[in-house]
Amino acid sequence: MTKKVWIAAASAFALAGCATTGSANTAGDDSGSDDAPRFAAQTEAEGPFPSTYNAYPGTPTALVGATVYDGAGNRIEGGTVLFRNGKVEAVGGSDLSTEGYAVLDGTGKFVTPGIIDIHSHLGDYPSPGVQAHNDGNEATAPTTPDVWAEHSVWPQDPGFSRALANGGITSLQILPGSANLMGGRSVTLKNVPSRTVQGMKFPGAPYGFKMACGENPKRVYGGRGRKPSTRMGNFAVNRQTWYDAIEYANNDDAKRNLGKETLKGVLEGDILVHNHCYRADEMALVMDMAKEVGYKVTAFHHAVEAYKIGDLLRENGVCSAIWADWYGFKMEAYDAIMENAALLQKEGACVVIHSDSQNDIQRLNQEASKAQAAGARMGIEISDADVIGWITLNAAKAMGIDDMTGSLEEGKMADVVLWNGDPLSVYSRPEKVWIDGALMYDAMDRKRRPVSDFELGQPGEGDVK
Amino acid sequence: MKRLLTLAASAIALSATPALAQDVVIANATVVTGDGSEPIQNGVVMVENGRVTYAGTANGQSFATDLVVDADGAWVTPGIFATVTTLGLVDVGAVSESNDSRAGGAPFSASLDVAPAVNPNSQNIMIHRAAGITRAATTTLPSASIFAGQGAIIDLDSDGTPIVKARAFQMVDLGEGGARRAGGSRAATYTLFRASLREAQALSGGGTPQTTEITADGEVLLGRFDAEALKPVVAGTQKLYVGVERAADIRSVLALKSEFPRLDMVLVGASEGWLVANEIAAAGVPVLADPLDALPTGFDQLASTQSNVGRMKRAGVKVGLNAASIENPRRLAQQAGNLVGLAKMPGAAGLTWGEAFASISSIPADISGMGGKAGVLKQGALGDVVIWDGDPLEVTSVPTKVFIGGVEQPLDSHQSRLKERYRDLDESDLPKAYDW
Repeated sequence: MTKKVWIAAASAFALAGCATTGSANTAGDDSGSDDAPRFAAQTEAEGPFPSTYNAYPGTPTALVGATVYDGAGNRIEGGTVLFRNGKVEAVGGSDLSTEGYAVLDGTGKFVTPGIIDIHSHLGDYPSPGVQAHNDGNEATAPTTPDVWAEHSVWPQDPGFSRALANGGITSLQILPGSANLMGGRSVTLKNVPSRTVQGMKFPGAPYGFKMACGENPKRVYGGRGRKPSTRMGNFAVNRQTWYDAIEYANNDDAKRNLGKETLKGVLEGDILVHNHCYRADEMALVMDMAKEVGYKVTAFHHAVEAYKIGDLLRENGVCSAIWADWYGFKMEAYDAIMENAALLQKEGACVVIHSDSQNDIQRLNQEASKAQAAGARMGIEISDADVIGWITLNAAKAMGIDDMTGSLEEGKMADVVLWNGDPLSVYSRPEKVWIDGALMYDAMDRKRRPVSDFELGQPGEGDVK
Repeated sequence: MKRLLTLAASAIALSATPALAQDVVIANATVVTGDGSEPIQNGVVMVENGRVTYAGTANGQSFATDLVVDADGAWVTPGIFATVTTLGLVDVGAVSESNDSRAGGAPFSASLDVAPAVNPNSQNIMIHRAAGITRAATTTLPSASIFAGQGAIIDLDSDGTPIVKARAFQMVDLGEGGARRAGGSRAATYTLFRASLREAQALSGGGTPQTTEITADGEVLLGRFDAEALKPVVAGTQKLYVGVERAADIRSVLALKSEFPRLDMVLVGASEGWLVANEIAAAGVPVLADPLDALPTGFDQLASTQSNVGRMKRAGVKVGLNAASIENPRRLAQQAGNLVGLAKMPGAAGLTWGEAFASISSIPADISGMGGKAGVLKQGALGDVVIWDGDPLEVTSVPTKVFIGGVEQPLDSHQSRLKERYRDLDESDLPKAYDW
């Protein structure tokens, strides 16, 4: 008995001694008061694991002479982009004064907002892709709304630097995988190297919630002889889980439950639903389920059949995050066509081009270009400026960060890519990439090229990749 | 019915798809011969009896032909040669019933032969034909053993007979995957490999094999039929494609040449090839490389870089692009285009446009044993000719006409039909199912 008391006292002491900045867990003044609980974790509203990202220093910069796509559908020939203190100050023509800025001549080159990938698993499935790094699917129950992708992110994944240098990626959403109907929370990152994931977290970005319909959940759990093993099983499990979440959300005295806190956040509209779903008929059912339960689907990811229901997607205000040319790798992808994006755009529905790939994230601009060209061949002309929006502002909108990034507009983050040629051409590459006005990649300066801890001392360290 | 024309004559548009080979002249073209040279402006390609009779600058000569196509300045190239692929073996990757690319439950490995398994009506064949791929090396993949089996050279035409050359090559995995399959280590891989070739040698000499089969945990790693199938490999009459990535592994593979001097090897993958490029060049072993791998996806690919192809090329290695590492083979042209773009990056090694196109046409064809016959436009080559709506290495371009063996091909597929059906979403009269 005595011994137990001693241990408790010692651990409380140690905790208080270590928690120099925290407050929630300190044993504190234990005067026997009945109204204040002795221990209390931070609440959801207090935002645990907060972003510690700070913009790196930058030089007030004027990009002049380049063709500028602002991400919001505008193209400016011989444009001027001014940024200072991490923010875009002005975007316009050659008449804009550049006084007080370091002037960079972009004649013959192109400027876009930083490219944004709405669907990535970098860090959760990092390179090298060994079993010990396999952190993307908590495939132990059909619904795991309690898990957070950020707790799996390995910031040393060399994939982040390739996405930056080859793809001009400045922001990206890391999603849990698609083994589960409810895979957990996503996290939105700024593509800056960091020792910690908190150092990459996009300040103020809302959380996303990964859901998956169709083949994957029923295969994973059906393969184990448990529910769900069919598409109807998928819906049954989802609906019951939502009903339970509604009960939780309506009960102020409910015991804290990590998963249900996330579902409550979805019901309240604070957490955005990103639903892996390929088939048109299933997307329609999911939209009805969302109405039944009272949440909104922000985007269908991998929506290869979205072109069959562009009208429905437009009416429901749901974006389609899609590939340009992935085809036939699973039954759900058998009706994939390259005109998907163009047909959606023609119907007035929201298009985002995504990667879901450590390789394609390095060339999202080329994927968007392919999708545009396929549309043009069937008579659907979409301007280059609008196509850039598929991988910038539209992605930002669907991630809830469009008031901060995604386009080159006054007051937004200075996330900027200078391309050495037309970004919709296979022959072009990023020459410089700024994140919040800080030059984080420069093809002309080999030291402005991040090398992760993993790569140090390895063959190929610091090489042009 | 041939008409005598000169190159100055006005062109007649092609209106129907002929079922049989026609003699054809494509005039007023930007001709890419595929041999690594730069494009020829105002060029001409002539095909007679399914073979190329001329490709080069227009010189005003007369010729007799069935058909003249005025390319109106468009790019005209040899068909793309895709390797290494599973084209014709897979309808849907994740649907095992439709996927013949692996045979993990079979007691056979090296003796597997894809030739009777290739389905020329697979949508993947049609889609890739429409992307300008006219011939391919297609193979099963390693599954039960380090040996994948015997791949074939196929054409992608619509005549229902895809096999150009059966049992054109054997494939073996001597990298990480091979180590896993051989029992868990690279040492086991090389022991299994040597034992297998020794068995084949014994059979080649009319002798008897030393063992009926090599097994582990009930799995047959090499049976009698597999050893039999390796006879042409050890004799050097059948090519051996070796999957390998790490520089040290490449050295070990090259060293096998001293032990088995007749092996006709091709390295596949070779992500760290640039580190040992001089040794590969000295050995005279060609490489089918993964062009855009830039990540250390495994501990055997730590030095992966997009400059790999360019650096090996500069060291004198014969390098074609490997389709196995990319999302689908129709991305080969995109991969090649990226290597052209890479050439502009400080510190990087890329390819010239001509070199890049050769890396997906004449070079893989040559490595596949079809040098001078496929992937190239020159006298005597097969009449595989593609007319494009733009620069063929640009992501926005696709073929407008594809000839294989001199026969113009249909370019429709499940995808093109879906595209047309869903051009609009109007169902006011009848459901979409009646729209065909």
